[in-house]
Amino acid sequence: MPPANPPKVGLLVTCLVDLFRPSVGFAAVTLLERAGCRVTVPSQSCCGQPAWNNGDRTTAEALARTMIQAFEGCDYVVAPSGSCSGMLRKHYPELFRDDPAWAARATALADRTWELTRFLTDIMGMDTAIPGFAGTVTYHDSCSGLREMGVKEQPRRLLASLPGVDLTEMQGADVCCGFGGTFCVKYPDISTHMVTEKVEAIVATGADTLLAGDLGCLMNMAGRLSRLGHDIDVRHVAEVLAGDPDTAPIGRAEG
Amino acid sequence: MQPHSADFPARAADALTDPDLRRALTKFKTGFPVNRARAVANLPEFEALRDAAKAVKDHTLSHLDHYLEAFEARVRDSGGHVHWARDAAEARSIILRLATERDARLIAKGKSMVSEEIGLNAALEAAGIKAVETDLGEYILQIRGEVPSHIVAPALHLSKEQVAADFRRTHTHLPPDRPLDQPTDLLAEARGELRDVFLNADIGITGANFLVAETGSTIIVTNEGNGDLTQTLSRCHIVLTGIEKVVPTLADATLMLRLLARSATGQEITAYTTFSTGPRRADDPDGPREFHVVLLDNGRSALLGTEMQEVLRCIRCGACMNHCPVYHAVGGHAYGWVYPGPIGAALDPALIGVKEARHLPNASTFCGKCESVCPVKIPLPKIMHRWREVEFERRLSPPSVRQGLWAWALFAKRPRLYRLVTAIAMRVMGWMGKEGAFKSLPLAGGWTGTRDFPAPQGRTFQSLYKDRRHG
Repeated sequence: MPPANPPKVGLLVTCLVDLFRPSVGFAAVTLLERAGCRVTVPSQSCCGQPAWNNGDRTTAEALARTMIQAFEGCDYVVAPSGSCSGMLRKHYPELFRDDPAWAARATALADRTWELTRFLTDIMGMDTAIPGFAGTVTYHDSCSGLREMGVKEQPRRLLASLPGVDLTEMQGADVCCGFGGTFCVKYPDISTHMVTEKVEAIVATGADTLLAGDLGCLMNMAGRLSRLGHDIDVRHVAEVLAGDPDTAPIGRAEG
Repeated sequence: MQPHSADFPARAADALTDPDLRRALTKFKTGFPVNRARAVANLPEFEALRDAAKAVKDHTLSHLDHYLEAFEARVRDSGGHVHWARDAAEARSIILRLATERDARLIAKGKSMVSEEIGLNAALEAAGIKAVETDLGEYILQIRGEVPSHIVAPALHLSKEQVAADFRRTHTHLPPDRPLDQPTDLLAEARGELRDVFLNADIGITGANFLVAETGSTIIVTNEGNGDLTQTLSRCHIVLTGIEKVVPTLADATLMLRLLARSATGQEITAYTTFSTGPRRADDPDGPREFHVVLLDNGRSALLGTEMQEVLRCIRCGACMNHCPVYHAVGGHAYGWVYPGPIGAALDPALIGVKEARHLPNASTFCGKCESVCPVKIPLPKIMHRWREVEFERRLSPPSVRQGLWAWALFAKRPRLYRLVTAIAMRVMGWMGKEGAFKSLPLAGGWTGTRDFPAPQGRTFQSLYKDRRHG
C-alpha cells in the first residue's frame, strides 16, 4: 500500500538526542513537517544498539520488539542518526532471522526506515533547507550513515542550498572519528588517537563549525576539540538545515 | 606461533607511544590505499569482478571437499604428493619428516603466513635445520627475531634506517663505508646474502596464493622473484597452505589475480606470478625433482556451514588492514598473532580461540571501511559482531560490560520507567553541567581522560515534546 499523503512519519528520536540534545529532535520535526510529513513521536526508549554491539542478543531482541510495535503504524521511520536508523534497517532483520513471524515484522519496518537527510532529499524530494544559519562549515561522514544508510551527498546538497553556509571539505571526511559506541570507553587510547587525527583534519579546514549527522560522533569530536582548546562550534546538521542559529553548540553553555 | 592477543590493550598502548611505529604507520596516508584507489578507478569492471570472485569462492567453499580431492588427484597425476594436516602440530611434523628423510640442512623459504601460523621456523631450528626467509621483509624480520606486522608487507612497521642498522649489525663482513641509505642498497645487500641460500638449499618451502583444482597447480605472486628461486633451484619444493585457497579452474584463478594485486598494493599485477604443477618433467630445463603440498586445516573446516564461513573467502590481500583506522593506530603487532587487522579480528578467534582473541573483534568501531574495500566482499564487521555474540554467550565478556548492559537494560526495557528516570537524570546533569561540558565524570574516565563530556541541554526530547503537544 503506498504511503498516505501526507505520509505519517514516526520520529526515532534516538537516545542521545532524547537525553542530551532535544534541539536536534525539534530540528528534525521542523524539517520533516517542512517536507510535507505528518510527524508522530511514539513512546520509545532505545533501539538496542549497545546490547547488539556487545553481543547481548537477548536484550537487543527485547528492545527491538518494543520498537517494532511502537512504530508499526507509521508509513516511515526516520532518525537524525545513521547508526540508529542502521540498527533498524540492517540489524533488526538479522536479529530475528530464526523467528519468521518477527522477522517479517522486522523486515517490514526495516524497509521503511531512513536516515533524516537522505529521507528528506531522496524520498520527500526536498532540495532547499531552511535559511537562518550562516558560517563556514565542514562535514564529517558518520560511518553508519555513509556505509549502512547511503548518506553522502544528501546533507551536502541541502547545505549547498543555504545562502551564507560555505562548506569546506576536510581530508578523510569518511574516516571514522573513533566513537564507535562503547568502543570509545572500552579502548579509550585507540579512540583518542583516532579522534585526535580527526580533530587535526577538522582544524586544517579553517571552518568555524563542524557538522555531522550522528550525535555520538559529534559529542566525541566536540569533547576532543574543546579539550585541545580549539574554538570550533559543533552542531548536528539537522539544526543547521532547520535554520536554528540560537541553540548553543554541543558542549557549550547556553548564551 | 604463540598468541599474545589477550594482551591487546597493553600492546596497543605501547604501539601508540612508539615513535618509530608512529612514523612507519604514516605510510598509509600516501601508500597502499591511494594506489588501490587509483587501480580501482582504472578498472571499470572492478565491482563486477568482486561479485564474480565472491560467487566463485562461495561455490568452492560449498563444495570444498570435492575441489580439494580433485586438486589432490591432479597433483598426484602430475607426480606430486599431497599431505593433509589437521592442525599446526601435524603440519610441522609432516614438514620435519620430509626434511629429515631428505637429510636437509638448509631450507630456503618464500613468504608464507601459514608458515608463521604453524611456527615452522622454530620447529625446524629445534631439529637443527636452518631455514632462511628469502622475502626481503621476512628476511629482515628473521634477523630481528620479529614476526610480520602485515600480511603483505611484513616489515611495514620498520624504517629503512632501522633495516640498515640491522644489516650492519648482522652482516659483519660489510665494510663500514658501504652505503645502505637507499632501499636499493638494502635490496642489493640482501640479494647478495640470499644468492647462496637459493643455490645451496636442500628444500624450498613456499606458500600458495591459490590452488587450482582443475590442474593441480599452485600459484604464488611476488614482487621480488624470491619465490621462483626458492622453488625451482632446490631439489624438493614443499608448498604449505590453507585448505581455503583452492579455486576450481584456471579461469577462476585469473579472476582472483585481477583483484589481488590491485586490492593489495594497487598494482595491476605483481612482478611475478608463478604457477607450479608437479615436479620437473623429463624435458623440463629446470625445477624441483619433488613436489609436495601440505594442506592445513587448523580450525578452518569448523567454520564451514556457519555464519563465519564467509571469512574463508579471504585471498590475503591486506586491503582491510590498509584501510582500517584501528590498524593505522596500533599497527599489526598489537593484535598479538599472525593475522592482524580486520581479517585477523574475524579469523583469529576461530584459529586460536575466542578467549585468547576476544579483544580483536571488540577493538573495532564497526566503521565498515574494511568490508567496503574487500575484494571478495567479506562482511567483516558482521563476522566480528558474531564473535562478540559468542563471547557473550560463553560469558567471556568482562564483568563491567555484562553488569553495565544489565543495569542499562533494566531501564531501557521499560519505556515508562526509562522516560521518568532519564528525565530526572538529565535535569540533574544539565544543571550540574551549566558550563556546557564536564572535564571529568565518575565512572567515565575512559571518556573524560582525554575528552570533555558535553552536558545535556536539561530536558529530554520526549518530555519537552509531550509538553508542547499538551501545552
